Amino acid sequence: MGLIRDEDATEIRQRLTAMTDPVTLIHFTQELNLEYGREARQLVEELAGLSDKLTVEVHNFLLEKETANEYGIDKVPATVVRNGKDYGIRFYGLPAGYEFVTLLDAIVNVSQSDSGLEAVNKEKLSKITQPLHLEVFVTPT
Amino acid sequence: MRLAHRFAMENDLIRADCIESTEFPDLAVQYRVYAVPRTVINGSAAIEGAMPEGLMLDAILKTLEPAEDSNG
Repeated sequence: MGLIRDEDATEIRQRLTAMTDPVTLIHFTQELNLEYGREARQLVEELAGLSDKLTVEVHNFLLEKETANEYGIDKVPATVVRNGKDYGIRFYGLPAGYEFVTLLDAIVNVSQSDSGLEAVNKEKLSKITQPLHLEVFVTPT
Repeated sequence: MRLAHRFAMENDLIRADCIESTEFPDLAVQYRVYAVPRTVINGSAAIEGAMPEGLMLDAILKTLEPAEDSNG
C-alpha cells in the first residue's frame, strides 16, 4: 500500500511544478532500523515518482560508510536534499505530517536555488565566518 | 520550509538538520528536548519555539557572539 494517498499525490504534484532545477534526495537507510527506516525510504521513493525533476539515490548506511561520511551522516534514516550543490540540508527520521510539508518546501527552495529569506537576513548570514550547525528537533504532529 | 534549512542555503558554513525526536530518543534526551521545535546550536546552546526569521536569526547569532568576540 502506498504511503502517499491519491488525493494528496495530486496536490503534491501541483506543488512540485514550482521546481526549476532537478533535485536529488540522497537517502541513507539500514536494514536494522526496521520500525521507521523502511517507511522513510518508501516515502521518498513515492515522492520522487511525483515529479520528473526529482530523483532518489538510496545508500545503505552500514555498507556505504564512505558516502555517509562524505555527507556527514551519523544516524539513519537520513535524507539529503540537494541540487548540483549540497547546501547542508538534512532530514533525520520519517518526514511525516507537518515535516512532510517542510520537506516539500526544502525541495522547491533547493530547486530554485533560493532560500526566499529577506535580503537583510541573507546579508547577515553571509557574514557568518564560523561553522554553524543547527539541529532542529521536531515531532510528527 | 524550516528556517534553519533556509539559513543553510545562504552560507556554506551552515548546515541544518531536521530531526524527528521520537526516532532518536537518546539524542532528544542528550539535548533536553522537552518541547518542540527546539533548535540546538553547535551542540550546546538552544532556542525553543518558532519565531519570525529575523528574530530567529538574531537569537542564533547572539549565541555565537562569545566565540566571535573572544579577543575583545
